[in-house]
Amino acid sequence: MNKLKNTFYPLTAPKLFITDKLMRLLLMGAASTSVLVVCLIFLFLFKEAGPFAFKPGLGKLLDSQWIPVSFQQERFGVGSLLSGSALVTALAMLVTVPISVLVAIYIAEIARPGEREFLKPFIEILASIPSVVLGFFGLLVVAPLVKATFGLSTGLTALTGALLLSLMAIPTIISLSEDALVSVPYALKNASLALGASQLQTIFRVTLPAALPGIVAAVMLGIGRVIGETMAVLMVTGNAAILTASPLSSVRTMTATIAAEMGEVPFGSIHYQALFWIGIILLVITFALNIVAQRVLKKYGMMK
Amino acid sequence: MNNTADKFILLSLRLITYAIVLVVGYILFDIIRNGFSALNWQFVSSFPRRSGAAGGIFPAIVGTFYLVVGTIAVSLPLGVGGAIYLAEYAEQNRFNSLIRLAIITLAGVPSIVFGLFGLGIFVLFFGFGPSILAGSLTLACMVLPTIIVASEESLRAVPKGFRDASLALGATKWEMIRTNVLPYSLSGMITGAILGIGRAAGETAPILLTVAAFYLPRLPKSVFDQVMALPYHLYILATQHPEAERIRHMQYGTALILLLLVLGLSLGAILLRTHSRKKFRW
Repeated sequence: MNKLKNTFYPLTAPKLFITDKLMRLLLMGAASTSVLVVCLIFLFLFKEAGPFAFKPGLGKLLDSQWIPVSFQQERFGVGSLLSGSALVTALAMLVTVPISVLVAIYIAEIARPGEREFLKPFIEILASIPSVVLGFFGLLVVAPLVKATFGLSTGLTALTGALLLSLMAIPTIISLSEDALVSVPYALKNASLALGASQLQTIFRVTLPAALPGIVAAVMLGIGRVIGETMAVLMVTGNAAILTASPLSSVRTMTATIAAEMGEVPFGSIHYQALFWIGIILLVITFALNIVAQRVLKKYGMMK
Repeated sequence: MNNTADKFILLSLRLITYAIVLVVGYILFDIIRNGFSALNWQFVSSFPRRSGAAGGIFPAIVGTFYLVVGTIAVSLPLGVGGAIYLAEYAEQNRFNSLIRLAIITLAGVPSIVFGLFGLGIFVLFFGFGPSILAGSLTLACMVLPTIIVASEESLRAVPKGFRDASLALGATKWEMIRTNVLPYSLSGMITGAILGIGRAAGETAPILLTVAAFYLPRLPKSVFDQVMALPYHLYILATQHPEAERIRHMQYGTALILLLLVLGLSLGAILLRTHSRKKFRW
């Protein structure tokens, strides 16, 4: 007994406790990397974009014209790019939201269990298709379709981009909306059914309103994803930096501008800094959408 | 009357759902049908010629493989470590909610912004240049939240009793985690990691600015070399190549290989998840 006491405690126990403390620190360090990365993202975006704020000044960004390379006067107005992103995103959401919510209702409330087991993973395949592959499909299949349907000279339009983006947003919004629908307490649904409401009345007047905050948050997260999407819109929207509200004209989004031009600008030039400012605008928009969506989820107790 | 209307609405919901299924099916069908005819051993094993208009895509496959391995090497330890901290150690305080906020923020950052960030910090500030190292680090930052969230979920699925029993027997906290929590959550964590990696393999925007080479028909010698990568190769062939119209088969072939890689990874993850659910049941 004595022997055990002497060998066990003095030798191994301190070592164990030191390991324990060390691991805690190490794991905490790993968890903190996320904070570090977020800080570094903001820091480096501002570092690279910085000098533009003093010369030529941030006011230059408020222009509507984006003409980064010119013999007379370069112009770095993000107006047309913002409107391009807004147009494509709005169109995409117009298509995506009704479809996704209806499909989520079907999967969550109507489909039989076996059917659900097939539908969920199959639609999730859509989310794992790389955006460049979807863009390629859009270029060869969707664009000609849009061109033929509307009798246009080119199929590379805001609408084409929006259709592809909605393909990307649909699985995200379906899956999050379905979570929201499923998390509505059974008591509510049962109460409605017990009062004599039909299945559909229960779905549209009880379950759907109860799940609405979760669906709103899902849509906001979807918008964040759509605004930030790069490759598909770069490939199919035609890349014309013009201020327009027509779904059938070519547009250029903020993301596509960065992707298309960053490869060709001299590092540190005014054009280069302007592209980083576009990145900052994107970051701020998606950051704000994310925070608000989380607030909504938290407020209505839908946080998992 | 009411009944007929109900039936009609139910039918419409079903039709919309299956229309989406049909669209997904058609996308897969189109890529597989057209890509399949381009596939042969020479296509996947030889170097491209004439700026990618002929030959194979071997260097792009190798490049994507290196990027994926580099991304796992960086993001897996950080992601799993962070998840263990959040699930096992973190109590409710300011600092820990800051960590959670950071993870949510990272998950929402657009991929092209990760590209700008990687360009600013890894390529320029650390002076790695456009390289496998810079690209892998950028992709690792991008997939970090995916891995953390999935790993934490899998850790939380381990019943509390396992932990209590182990602590009651005198184990320290780390011993408890190592012997009684990690073994049961490992497969869940690997599943999360694979899903994250699948996303990294298919991304184009972040590698556009940090690693990808336009046309580089040789293999990289070190982590400081540029590489070709499948998604970027497809993008170039489809939109930038002067002969884009005439080399559709090369494009479809590349798209199919990329799709198979990414879907194969997801399928592997799903199978692993089903398998482990059967193995550990409590």
